[in-house]
Amino acid sequence: MTNIFLQEDSIISPLGFTTSENIQAIKEKRSGLKFHENSRSTKGGFYSGIIDPQFLAAQFTVIGNPLNYTKLEQMMLLAAHRVLKDNPKIDLETTVLIISSTKGNIDLLDDPQDFPEDRVSLNLLANVIQSFFGFKQKPIIVSNACISGGLAVTIAKRFIQAGKFSSALVVAGDLVSDFVISGFQSFQALSNSPCKPFSKNRNGINLGEAAAAILINSSSINNLNVALIGDATANDANHISGPSRTGEGLLKSIQSALKDAKLSASEIDYLSAHGTATVFNDEMEAVAFNRAGLAEVPVNSFKAFYGHTLGASALIETILTKHSLLNNELYPSLNFEELGVSKPINVIEEFEERELQFALKTASGFGGSNLAMVLKKLRNG
Amino acid sequence: MDRSEENFITNFVHIKRNEILLNGKSILSFRSEMEFNQFLKESYKGLELNYPKYHKMDSLCKLGILATSVLLKDQKVDIETALVISNASSSIDIDRKHHQAMDGIVSPAIFVYTLPNIVLGEISIKYKLQSENAFFIEDRFNAELLTNYSEVLLSSKKASSVVCGWIELKNDEYDVFLCLISTKGEIRFSKENLEELYRFKNE
Repeated sequence: MTNIFLQEDSIISPLGFTTSENIQAIKEKRSGLKFHENSRSTKGGFYSGIIDPQFLAAQFTVIGNPLNYTKLEQMMLLAAHRVLKDNPKIDLETTVLIISSTKGNIDLLDDPQDFPEDRVSLNLLANVIQSFFGFKQKPIIVSNACISGGLAVTIAKRFIQAGKFSSALVVAGDLVSDFVISGFQSFQALSNSPCKPFSKNRNGINLGEAAAAILINSSSINNLNVALIGDATANDANHISGPSRTGEGLLKSIQSALKDAKLSASEIDYLSAHGTATVFNDEMEAVAFNRAGLAEVPVNSFKAFYGHTLGASALIETILTKHSLLNNELYPSLNFEELGVSKPINVIEEFEERELQFALKTASGFGGSNLAMVLKKLRNG
Repeated sequence: MDRSEENFITNFVHIKRNEILLNGKSILSFRSEMEFNQFLKESYKGLELNYPKYHKMDSLCKLGILATSVLLKDQKVDIETALVISNASSSIDIDRKHHQAMDGIVSPAIFVYTLPNIVLGEISIKYKLQSENAFFIEDRFNAELLTNYSEVLLSSKKASSVVCGWIELKNDEYDVFLCLISTKGEIRFSKENLEELYRFKNE
């Protein structure tokens, strides 16, 4: 079957506005999480990963008028622009735009600014991005909770392999909005300090905002390429907001993705976990990873760098996993202290250079959704 | 194509204008003045669902549970039945309710429904489906996307059958059309047939 490659990518986040700036920050253990004032908090604010709107608008001015676009649109347009600019050969007639977002412009419900009421819709968000660049195909929009960003990549791969189209630009983004803050707060899921994935004293998530984009097609133009060789989603069929205690859906998605890739768990060199730092999520992941035979595989969570960026998170983490493979680098799981899950896992504490070929990316989210993707580094020719 | 690999629209359900239809035949209908919430309650009773969790759900999930209860009744539902569902307005109905609550006390029982794919979770729980899921947003019913993605899942053996379709809800206006796609049936699974069946009740 045709190999589907993860090509040019970009990340727009508090850590930087290019992928390389993001990776540099991660290597230096610099977090994008800061204390931001918010009257909803009894402590006066929350740790979250927020993009400075003035800085964003200044960057955006290079490609358009920031007054005509919402904050999220500016982030997603910039992410897409970075990829398109570096690939002038992308055919806008045939390349399909795939948008991933959980809540889109939901902040407009609170404050519509000067935008029409229907700008809050995900369809409008996709239309804005489509028409900005002139994509001719109808965009595909994926909104599947916290697995959305990875699911969008998987959907691109499946459609390209089935011959439905030849290339896709996946663009993902979500904001830190009072809408989402108030909701996670009502779940008592927000941490009052920078989050500590997989650690004993973890006490919840931080929210973050970011956008990312990646080109996906079947041409192996570079010397080294990363292909998506196995993928699966599986529902827990257990609870709509609580993770399965047995990790059932995540385990099934991992097993199916490995089978798809014709690999065994022992061949995986690196595991990029979801790792939100809630008590139940991280425990569920550790259980599933153990059941899947991945206890010894070096694993990290990027959430202490970005916070949980919802519909962008699984795309950002897929992009970082791709670069881990290409660079033979394992990135640290920031804020990890003492292991605080009931099953052993091998959390990466320090930056390390190591020969890597196969990686597994997982994500889980509300609605019982789980996703696993197997990435492989291939040398051309 | 080998006939054993051919897929059919085994069953289809419409919910529209206070009426529920299976394979084009009305199985439950209420007077047109009935309010949406009342319709959701009466339909639950009329279909004798006996699934108390239903009452905790938001309206989008209730529509999904009503539709699948009719669609999958008397069917042997394989655990590898994928869910491929779409709509135009995401979870805007419950989003507005959460947004209204933000001035006062926010309820986690509402917030948890503010994602469109929660309906996939509720259907998965009811039918114990640990299967492939995808929720797409489209400005209108898109037979091509649903057909293409369902076919990809079926031909790659990632699913043995698929429940696909449309569950739209905005301002108490709703439009539901779901199909069970499997190797059983008379109507060949194609985007033209899917489109025609969707239109059947929407002309």
